[in-house]
Amino acid sequence: MLVPILKQGDYLIASVQSELSDEDLLKLRDELVKRVGELRSRGVIIDVTALYVMDSFATRTLRAIAHMIRLRGAETIIVGIQPEVAFTMVQLGLKLEGVMTALDLEEGLAYLQTLHTSKRR
Amino acid sequence: MNKEETKKPTPESSDALLRELVDHFREKREILRQQWVQLMMGKGLLAGLTQEEIETESITIYDTCIVCLETGEYEGAQAYATRMAERGVLRGMTTEQIIGGLLTLRDVYGRSLFERYQHDMERLSAALDIYEPVANKILSVVALAFVEEREKVVRQQQEAIRELSTPVLQFRDKLLILPIIGLIDSLRARQLTEQLLRAIRANRARVVVMDITGVPSVDSKVANHLVQTVDASRLMGATVVVTGVSPEIAQTLVTLGVDLSKMNTVGDLQGGIEVADQLLGYKVSRTEPPATGLITSKEKVP
Amino acid sequence: MADEVRVSINSEYDIVTARLKGRDLAAKLGFSSTELVVIATAISEIARNIVQYAKHGEISMSIIQQGSRSGIIITARDKGPGIPNINLAMQDGYSTGGGLGLGLPGAKRLMDEFEVTSKVGSGTTVTMKKWLR
Ligand SMILES: Nc1ncnc2c1ncn2[C@@H]1O[C@H](COP(=O)(O)OP(=O)(O)OP(=O)(O)O)[C@@H](O)[C@H]1O
Ligand SMILES: [Mg+2]
Repeated sequence: MLVPILKQGDYLIASVQSELSDEDLLKLRDELVKRVGELRSRGVIIDVTALYVMDSFATRTLRAIAHMIRLRGAETIIVGIQPEVAFTMVQLGLKLEGVMTALDLEEGLAYLQTLHTSKRR
Repeated sequence: MNKEETKKPTPESSDALLRELVDHFREKREILRQQWVQLMMGKGLLAGLTQEEIETESITIYDTCIVCLETGEYEGAQAYATRMAERGVLRGMTTEQIIGGLLTLRDVYGRSLFERYQHDMERLSAALDIYEPVANKILSVVALAFVEEREKVVRQQQEAIRELSTPVLQFRDKLLILPIIGLIDSLRARQLTEQLLRAIRANRARVVVMDITGVPSVDSKVANHLVQTVDASRLMGATVVVTGVSPEIAQTLVTLGVDLSKMNTVGDLQGGIEVADQLLGYKVSRTEPPATGLITSKEKVP
Repeated sequence: MADEVRVSINSEYDIVTARLKGRDLAAKLGFSSTELVVIATAISEIARNIVQYAKHGEISMSIIQQGSRSGIIITARDKGPGIPNINLAMQDGYSTGGGLGLGLPGAKRLMDEFEVTSKVGSGTTVTMKKWLR
């Protein structure tokens, strides 16, 4: 599988391993939405460190994933966007509005934890 | 002395003459090369080179020139000149040294042709007709290689200066400060963004204070770049606080359709650092979309 | 031409192939790591447009030399439906396919030179260039 999805406590972590075709992205979307429902996860981290192309289709799909997962009651954080990719995305006009981002997996997990601690209070 | 029959050079005879010239220079290689080296030394053109370098380089140049003459192709000379230029420029060798050396070699070749054919003016002039264009071509190939190398070095230096003029400072853990001073054009804005994004990754920054107090004015293109810098940083999980936005620049941003309320602007650098500390050190509840970068209370500011 | 790379575009998988090959070619020329991503992303956009709107087409890429500068030229050709109003298609946000409408104008921003020619009923050609700095 191109994008293994690991369960870690309340969270799901999807690590993109290589360049993805459009179909792979859509599969990832369906799989994540399904698992979040089954496992009642509270957060999803999608690690895109290995992606060097984030074009308009990939961005639109990631945004859709985040929105669908929010409807299921969980948060999505995209982590690992590389400097070159971030630079290219904004020139293209892609901003991932409304989607949370963090530097890498570690920061992403920290972010989710903060969100949930502050929510419980 | 019984002169040879002289005749206008036909293609065949000029081919034969070319062969003759090539053989001549090959036969006389040691004598002519020594002459050349002596002359260059006399003119102080070999300063800074070791005896060994003088030997190997002079042999290579001598032979390369003969190959040009023989084949009419200059790729070898060009490749050699580029390599020489790279080394030469780096070691501070002057273009005058290189060109001076080649001019001297041209004289050495020319004089030896003169000696050989002085009793046959017709043949001498035919020989020079073959030899001169080749010598000129070699000179221009080499000169060009040096000029290009010089330009490349200048460009690299300019780039280095540009990078230096906008240092990204790590102010404290996870907090970067980017003071931009002076006019920015598109090229510099782009370099600045790339530099900042790399620094965000390297320093694992969560907040960046971008201070533009030192920027007198921006056109809409540059303002656009600044907005892109903010957006790109967010994609990497870092929040940018912009400080020192002059009323003129604010006006440009608004004209561009930038929503300043989404931009996290603070009056001055001091205030910006305070906001950054808040973002880093205090509990901040999640902002509804548009989401900003990573802001957590996990870390205590040292 | 010595260094021409052609990728025929028939399915979404060819989009990945095209951008990989484009990146490799650009890398040979010495583009920076950021520029490689920029070029690959622009290729991805125009290749996807072929798949999405024309079904089949071809992308050819080669190294070009102009005076002392060199660069990469990428040409995407298809015999699809064509674009009725190119000015409109080049506007941010204009999409007939439910997309973000950023592919064409975005690719134009990413590249140094960008040109679209199209004839309704006979197809579309996108030509774009990036020069080595
Ligand atoms: N090769 C093509 N053949 C026919 N029409 C095209 C072609 N490429 C683009 N178009 C038309 O131009 C419009 C704009 O293209 P553009 O790539 O900018 O946006 P999009 O494909 O709709 O969305 P996005 O690329 O952001 O996902 C398309 O919606 C389509 O109508
Ligand atoms: Mg498109």
